[in-house]
Amino acid sequence: MNALTLGHYLLVSGLLFSIGLAGVLLRRNLLIIFMGLELMLNAANLSLVAFARHGVTTLGLPDYNAQVLVFFIITVAAAEVAVGLAIIVALYRLRQTTHVEDLDKMKF
Amino acid sequence: MLTILFWVLSAVMLASAMLVVAFRNPVNSAMSLVLSFIALAALFVTLDAFFIGIIQVLVYAGAVMVLFLFIIMLLDLKAEARRKLNLAALGGGLAVLGGFVALIVQVVKSLPAAKEEFPALTRTGYSDVADVGTTLFSGYNLPFQVIGVLLLVATVGVVILSRRTLR
Repeated sequence: MNALTLGHYLLVSGLLFSIGLAGVLLRRNLLIIFMGLELMLNAANLSLVAFARHGVTTLGLPDYNAQVLVFFIITVAAAEVAVGLAIIVALYRLRQTTHVEDLDKMKF
Repeated sequence: MLTILFWVLSAVMLASAMLVVAFRNPVNSAMSLVLSFIALAALFVTLDAFFIGIIQVLVYAGAVMVLFLFIIMLLDLKAEARRKLNLAALGGGLAVLGGFVALIVQVVKSLPAAKEEFPALTRTGYSDVADVGTTLFSGYNLPFQVIGVLLLVATVGVVILSRRTLR
């Protein structure tokens, strides 16, 4: 079995992103679409951590700048989930549905 | 050893991510999303990112998913009833996905760095958390405080949004 390369992790990250994109494109439940968004954010995090491990600094440590960026992404994603779910709850109170095809008020 | 671990964890992560999209009941989707996040945290650990792995379990598999499950149960969502499929939209979505996957495979193939193995670390011991902390507080002090303000704004926004009467 050959050793792991950066490409392995990038490919897995790309596939995870595609699955998240599939959730956003193909599903019509708002909550599942939201879960697809989370999967896409996590795919970006995976490739960032793989690049951090690949770009070893002169001290022989992983590149911690990338890991700090991942830390920030996780924080922003947590805030995003809180606000997004609050919007979904407010929408559900008004319309009693989370199905995107029933929410076409802003459709041109 | 690490190679086997990588394949097993990736397979678990991708399979449970596919189940998130495939399940009709939102509770099942949320549970398999938890499994996907935990496998991803283990993948972070195989890349020597111990702190990020722990944060992934605590924030994503813990806090975010509890919030998701709480909302699903608050809204009392049942499994989706089957509706008539919009075949044109479905075909379009699948075409976009196929193109996207082909693009990613092509990019990773043509990237010279993608064929390199990971260089060895000279670090002895596990000072990962200390190193992340040093980088965070010395190089990124201002962004760290801005993130704090962002979290405060998000908290206030959520409180306003979840009032009974929106004005």
